[in-house]
Amino acid sequence: MIDFELEPELAKGVSAARQFAEEQLRPISRYYDEHEHENPDELIDRMWELRRENIFSLGLDPAAGLRTEELCWGDAGLYLCIPGPALGGAAVFSSGTKEQIGKFLGNFNEGRPKWGAMAMTEPHAGSDTAAISTTAVRDGDEWVLNGEKIFVTMGKRALEDSDGFVVVWATVDKSAGRAGMKSFVVPAGTPGMRVEKMEKKLGIRASDTVTIVFDDCRIPFDHILGSPEVKKTDKAGTKGFKGAMATFDATRPIVAAQALGIGRAALDFVKEELERQGITIRYGVPRQSLTALERDIMDMEASYKAAKLLTLRALWMMSQLQPNSLESSMAKTKAGLAITKITQKAVEIMGPLGYSRKYLLEKWMRDGKINDIFEGTGQINMLVTARRVLNYSREQLK
Amino acid sequence: MSMVREFAGDEIRKVYRECDESGEIPGGLVDTAWSMGLVSGSIPEEFGGGGGDRSLITGSLIGEELAWGDLSIAMHVLCPALFAYPVLEMGTETQKKELLPMFCCDTFRPASAALIEPRFGFNPYALSTNARSDGDDYVLNGDKCYVPLAADAELILVYAQQGDGVQGFVVERGTSGLKIGEREKNMGIKALATYELSLKDCRVPKYSRLGGQEGCDFGRVLNCSRVALSAMAVGVARAAFEYSRDYAKERVAFGEPIASRQAIAFMLAEMAIEIDATRLMTWEAAWKLDRGEDATREASLVKAYADDMALMVTDRAVQILGGHGYVREHPVELWLRNGRGFYAFDGMAIV
Repeated sequence: MIDFELEPELAKGVSAARQFAEEQLRPISRYYDEHEHENPDELIDRMWELRRENIFSLGLDPAAGLRTEELCWGDAGLYLCIPGPALGGAAVFSSGTKEQIGKFLGNFNEGRPKWGAMAMTEPHAGSDTAAISTTAVRDGDEWVLNGEKIFVTMGKRALEDSDGFVVVWATVDKSAGRAGMKSFVVPAGTPGMRVEKMEKKLGIRASDTVTIVFDDCRIPFDHILGSPEVKKTDKAGTKGFKGAMATFDATRPIVAAQALGIGRAALDFVKEELERQGITIRYGVPRQSLTALERDIMDMEASYKAAKLLTLRALWMMSQLQPNSLESSMAKTKAGLAITKITQKAVEIMGPLGYSRKYLLEKWMRDGKINDIFEGTGQINMLVTARRVLNYSREQLK
Repeated sequence: MSMVREFAGDEIRKVYRECDESGEIPGGLVDTAWSMGLVSGSIPEEFGGGGGDRSLITGSLIGEELAWGDLSIAMHVLCPALFAYPVLEMGTETQKKELLPMFCCDTFRPASAALIEPRFGFNPYALSTNARSDGDDYVLNGDKCYVPLAADAELILVYAQQGDGVQGFVVERGTSGLKIGEREKNMGIKALATYELSLKDCRVPKYSRLGGQEGCDFGRVLNCSRVALSAMAVGVARAAFEYSRDYAKERVAFGEPIASRQAIAFMLAEMAIEIDATRLMTWEAAWKLDRGEDATREASLVKAYADDMALMVTDRAVQILGGHGYVREHPVELWLRNGRGFYAFDGMAIV
C-alpha cells in the first residue's frame, strides 16, 4: 500500500516543531550568526524544558525527519544546539550493549542540559576515516587514548558546558587497518582530554565546532563500544568499522532532512517575495511558454521534492527495520546537491535582496553548504551510492 | 503487477525492436495485453467491467512496467484508456452506459483522444481548436496532432476550447468534417501509429460533450495524463539504466570493467537516484489524485522533472555504451529516441 499521509499524532509533533521554529528560532537566527561563539542560553534552557515533548525527540522515522526539517527551516545552527545525545547517542545506540546504552544514555534527560558528540575526523583523515591515527592502548582495566580530533560538532557544549560525552574513534592496532578501528565513550571531565580550538565557520555559526586533544586520557575498559577483539583475518571491513558505517547509514537521512529545512526556507522566502511583487508561478503551463524565472522556481521546487521523498523513503525503511544503506546514501547525495542548487539559485534570483545581510537568504546559502560536506561530502556520498548501485566493494570501485 | 512485469519481460521485450523497425505492433500481442484487463478492470461491473477501484497509483505501476518493456507498445495497449477513463470519471450516466461496455469485451477496441496541436507555443489550457454552439449541435474546428491510433479508432475524444475552459467531445469515426491525416513520422515511438487530424465544421450532437451540462474537469484529465507519462518516463529510464549498468560491469577497458571508474560509476549512481526520485514524485501526485485532491502543482512538477530525467538517463546510457550505444544492435539508442519524446507528449497517455 503506497500512502504519503502522516498519522495525526505524528503530524502534531511536526507542527509543534514548525511553531517552535517560527517563534523561537527565526527571531534570534541572525543574532547568533553574527555573534559566533556566544551561547544561546535562554533558548537552550527552553529546549531543555521541552525535552520530553515530541518536538526535539530523536528518532529514525519519517516524522523525525519532518521535525528536523521544520527546526532547520527555523535555523540549522541553532538546531544543532538542541541539548541531547545527538550523533554520540546514535553511535552508542548502534554499537553499544544494553548495559552501555543504560549507562551512557539512561539518565541523559536528568539534571542540567547535556550534549553528546562524535569525534572522527583528524587533521590528516577526513573522508578517509580508516586513516585515523588516534590510538587506544589497553592498560589493565583501562584504555589510554592519545591523539587529536578536529571538527567535532558541539564538542564544547558536550565536554565543557555540560556533563555530556564524546564518542571517539581510535585504532587499537594500526597494523590491522579498519579492523583495528574502535569507538570509545569519553565522559566530560575525564583527565587528559581538553577542548582546544573553536572553529570560525562559513555558516551554522550558532553550533560549536572544536578540536579535542587526548593526552594519555584514561577511560574504563568497558567504555569501548562493540568488541575489543581485532579480527585480522577480515581486513576489508569488520565490526568496529562497520559500526561507524552503520551509524552513518542511520544518521544520513537525518542530515538530509536538515538540508531540506534550509532549502525550503530559501524556497519559501523567494516565493513569498515574488508573491508580494505580484508574480505568480504558472504551474501546468508547458515549459516552452514559461519565463526563465518560473522554470528556475519549478526546478528548485522539484529538486526539493525529489530530495524530500528520497529522505522520507530512507527513514520509512529504517522505521520498518528494512536494510536501507542504498536508499540513505541516495537521500544524502540528492539532498546535498539539491540544497546547494536551491540556496545558490535563490540568492541569484533575489539579486540585491539575496546578497544582503538584511535578509536571511545569504545565511541559508552559507548554512546549507555544510550539508554537502559533513557526514560525508557530496562526492563521498556519490561514491557510496555508486558502490551500492553497482554492488561493488571498496576495492572494485575506488 | 507480477503478471504485467512478466508480460513486459517475456512478451514485449521479445518483439519491441522489430516493432520499432517495422512500425507495426502484432495484433496478438495487443490482444494478450488487453486480456489482462488493465483498463476494463477498473470499470464498474454494471457496465461489464471488473469492478476494481480506479487508482492512479496502480496505473502508475502498470505504466512503468509496460513502458520498461517498450514505450510504443505501452502507449498502444493503454490507448483506449485515453477515451474510457475520462468517460468513467466525468461522463454522464447515459454516456457511461453507452460508451463503457465496448471497453469491457475480450478484444481490443481502439479509441483515442486528441489534445496536442501542431504549432509552436502549444498550451493545453488555451487550445486553438474550438467548439461553437449551433442549435442542437456543437461545431468543432481546428487541427490536432499526435493522436495515437486515430485511423482505427472508433471513437475519439476531441478536446476543444469553449469560452474560458477546455471541454471534451466524443467524435465518432466517419463524422463529416473529421479528416484523419497521414501517419506521422517521429524520431521515436516509431511502432506507435500516431496521426494528424483536422476538424472542419465538424458537427457533433450536444449530448456528446463529455459530462453533458456540467462538462468535464479538464485540469484533472491533464494531471492524470501527466502522472501516466511520468510513470512511463520512469519505465523507459529504468530500462536504459539497467542495460547500461550491466554493460558497464562487463565491458573491460584498461584492464578493468568501466564501471570501476568514477566517471562511469557516478553517472550510474545519479541515474539511479533520479529514477527513484521521479518514481516517488509520480506516486505522490498519483496518491493525491486518487484522494480526489487537486494535484496540478505536483503533476506538472513531476512531469517536467520526468522529461529532464528521461533524457538525462537515456542519453547517458548511450554515452556509457559509447560507439556501441549508437548502433541499433543495442537498444539504448531506441530508448534515447523514445525518452526524448516526453517533452512533446501531453495528454497522450492516461492510467
